Amino acid sequence: MATAIETVREVTASEYKYGFTTPVEEERFPPGLNEDVVRRLSERKGEPAWLTEWRLAAFRRWQQMEMPDWQKVKFPPIDFQAISYFAAPKQKVRPKSLDEIDPEIRRTYDKLGIPIREQEILAGVAVDYVFDSVSVATTFKKKLEELGIIFCSISEAVREHPELVRKYLGSVVPPGDNFFAALNSAVFSDGSFVYVPKGVRCPMELSTYFRINAAGTGQFERTLIIADEGSYVSYLEGCTAPMRDEHQLHAAVVELIALDDAEIKYSTVQNWYPGDKEGRGGIYNFVTKRGLCRGRRSKISWTQVETGSAITWKYPSCILQGDDSVGEFYSVAVTNHHQQADTGTKMIHIGKRTRSRIVSKGIAAGRSDNTYRGLVRVLKSAEGARNHTQCDSLLIGEHCGAHTIPYIEVANRSARCEHEATTSKISEDQLFYCRQRGISEEDAVALIVNGFCREVMNELPMEFAVEAKKLLGISLEGSVG
Amino acid sequence: MTALLEIENLHARVDGKPILKGVSLSIAPGEVHAIMGPNGSGKSTLAFVLAGHEAYEVTDGSIRFGDEDLLAMEPEERAHAGLFLAMQYPVEIPGVGNLYFLRQALNAVRKARGLEEISAAEFLRKAREEARRLGIGEELLKRDLNVGFSGGEKKRNEILQMALLEPRLAVLDETDSGLDIDALRVVAEGVNRMRSPERGFLVITHYQRLLEYIVPDVVHVMVDGRIRRTGGPELARELEARGYEAFVGRLAA
Ligand SMILES: Nc1ncnc2c1ncn2[C@@H]1O[C@H](COP(=O)(O)OP(=O)(O)OP(=O)(O)O)[C@@H](O)[C@H]1O
Ligand SMILES: [Mg+2]
Repeated sequence: MATAIETVREVTASEYKYGFTTPVEEERFPPGLNEDVVRRLSERKGEPAWLTEWRLAAFRRWQQMEMPDWQKVKFPPIDFQAISYFAAPKQKVRPKSLDEIDPEIRRTYDKLGIPIREQEILAGVAVDYVFDSVSVATTFKKKLEELGIIFCSISEAVREHPELVRKYLGSVVPPGDNFFAALNSAVFSDGSFVYVPKGVRCPMELSTYFRINAAGTGQFERTLIIADEGSYVSYLEGCTAPMRDEHQLHAAVVELIALDDAEIKYSTVQNWYPGDKEGRGGIYNFVTKRGLCRGRRSKISWTQVETGSAITWKYPSCILQGDDSVGEFYSVAVTNHHQQADTGTKMIHIGKRTRSRIVSKGIAAGRSDNTYRGLVRVLKSAEGARNHTQCDSLLIGEHCGAHTIPYIEVANRSARCEHEATTSKISEDQLFYCRQRGISEEDAVALIVNGFCREVMNELPMEFAVEAKKLLGISLEGSVG
Repeated sequence: MTALLEIENLHARVDGKPILKGVSLSIAPGEVHAIMGPNGSGKSTLAFVLAGHEAYEVTDGSIRFGDEDLLAMEPEERAHAGLFLAMQYPVEIPGVGNLYFLRQALNAVRKARGLEEISAAEFLRKAREEARRLGIGEELLKRDLNVGFSGGEKKRNEILQMALLEPRLAVLDETDSGLDIDALRVVAEGVNRMRSPERGFLVITHYQRLLEYIVPDVVHVMVDGRIRRTGGPELARELEARGYEAFVGRLAA
C-alpha cells in the first residue's frame, strides 16, 4: 500500500465545474492598447470628459512603468497588446428590468448557482452581476434606494452620481500607485459602486458576482465603496471563469472609504479557473485592494478565501488614518497543483491608538507555492498603535512550498506589534485517525483543512461560509491518496 | 459458529523491520480477550495492523473479520464494517470540535451501513448522555478534538466515540494507562455496558487491575511478536505476581 504522501504525486485535477462558456453575441474591441483604445472605451461608455482625461493620464503613467518582479510568483511575460480591452454581451441598452435580461446570460448565472432573481435563496443579498466587461443586472435596487443606499454598476454611478465618483475615485488607490492599478485606471470597464449614507446600517449583504466569459480578454473591474459617518455595510465578492488553455488577466482595483464610526466588511471568495494539473491555462489575478479608515473609530475588515487562479497577487490593505480606527485581515489561501499565490496585507498605522489584526492561513498542496507577504507600518504619529499578526501554513505532501515574509516598520516607540507564525503538515496519523472512525480520506483532508481555517471561516457571512467550506474541499480533491 | 475475528500466522513489519512473527488468535462473538506483554513486544502493532494503518506492512498470514477479508479493506471500510480502535495515543486535530468530529464519524459510518443520518437533536441527546456516564464535561465536548486534553480525558473520549459508533469489535490499546483509579472504574463500566453476545473486545493492557473490572474470557501473553501463552483470567494474575521475566527468559533460552 502506498503511503498518502507518496500518492500526492499522482494528483488528478478535480473538475472545475464552473468551466463552461456562454454562447452570447459579444461586442468587443480588437486586441491592442493605445490612447485611441482608451478614448474609444470611454466614449463607448458615454463618459464625461473629466473621466476620459483621468483615464488618459493613467495610461500615460502606465506606459512609463515596469511590470513588477519582486513577488515570489513566476510566469512568462504578458503581452498587453494581445488582450482585448472591452467585451460585452450585445444589448442596445442595459435592460430596464430583470425580465429583459438575455436568456443565455440568465442561464449562465443559473448554472453558477446564483440565479438573477430576487428570490428566496438570495433573499437578504443584493447582487450586481458583472459579465465580462459590463454589469448586466443589479437586484434589490428599489429596496436599497428607500434607505438612500446607492448600489449600482460603476458606469451607472458615473452617470447618476458623478460628484461622488469624482470625489472618491482614485482617492485610496491613485492611478499611479502601481503597474496594474495604472492599467486598471486607464481601461477599467465596469464594477460596483456602493454608497451608504450617514447613520444607515445596510440591512442586507451587497454582492458582486464577476464572470469572465469571452476568450482573449482581460477583466479590469473597479469597485468603489463609501461608508458615510456611522454607517455599516457588508459586501461580498465572488468570481469564476471558463476553463481555457490560455491565461487570462484579471486586474481589478477596489477602493473602500470609511468615515467617522463607519464600518465596512468586505468578503471575497475567489474561485477563478486555476489552470489544469499541468499548469496550463488559468487566471492571472493581480488585484489592488485598499481601504482607507478616514474617520475616527472607523473599521475596515477584509476576509478572503482564495482557492482559484493560476497566479494570485494581492494584498488587501488598510490605511488607518482616523484615531482609534481598526483594520482587520482574515485570509485563507489554498494552492494545489501548479498554482502560485503571493498574498497578504498591509496595515498602515497613522492615527493614534489604531489597531490591526492579521490572521492568515496558507494551505499548499501538489507542486504549488504559497507565500504570505505582509507589511505592518507604524508611523510616528500613531501613538499607542497595536498590531497582532498570526500566520499559519499547512502543507499537504512534500513538493509544495509555504513562505512567510513579514515586514514590520515601527516609528513610534509606544506601539506594540506581535507576530506569530507556524508551519504544520497534515500528518498520516491525523488522516488515519479520521479514517479509523469511518471518515473517507478526502473528507478527512477537508475536515482537517477546515479546522485549520476555522478562525477565518467564522468571519464569513453565513451564506458565504457554507459555499467556501465546500470550495476548500473541492480545491484539495486529489491532494492525497 | 464463525469467529468474529480470526487471525492466522500474521507477520508484519515496520520500516522493513519484522515486528509480528506469526500471530494466531480467534475471538468469538461476545468474547473479551486480553493481550499483555512487555514494552515493544508488538501489541500496538497488532492493533494498527487490524485497523489498517499504512505504515504497517503485512508480509504473511490472514485476518478474517466475520465473513470478510480484513486485509483487503481500507481503514474506513474496516470502521464501517464495525472495527473500532481506541488508540494508545489519540491524535489531536486543531480547529475541529470534538462533538462535530464525532457526528461526522457517526454519520459516515451510518451512511456506509445504509442508515439515515442522525438528527442533530438525537445525536446531542445520545452524546451528552454517554458523556455524562463517562464523566466527560460539556466543556470538553466543545473543545477541539483531543487538543490539550489530559491523558485521562483523551482515553475517556475514545470510549465515548466507541459507545456512539457501536462497533462489532473494539480494540482497546492501553486505554487504562494514564487513568486514575476512579476514571479506570468509569471507563471499565463503559466497556462492560457494551458487552453483548454479538460484540467482541480485544483489550491490550499492562495491568491486572483493569482485568479485575473487565473480566476477560481469554488472556494472551505476547512476547517478541508472538503469542507465547494463552489462558484464562488466572494467567493475568500469574503475570502480575511473576512478571514477564519467566516468558522472556524461556524465549531467550
Ligand atoms: N511506526 C513505527 N516506526 C518504527 N518502529 C516502530 C513503529 N511502530 C512500532 N515500531 C517498533 O515496533 C516494536 C513494537 O512496537 P509496539 O508499539 O507494537 O509495542 P507495544 O507492545 O505496543 O509496546 P508498549 O507496551 O510499550 O506500548 C517496537 O520496537 C517499536 O519501536
Ligand atoms: Mg503499545
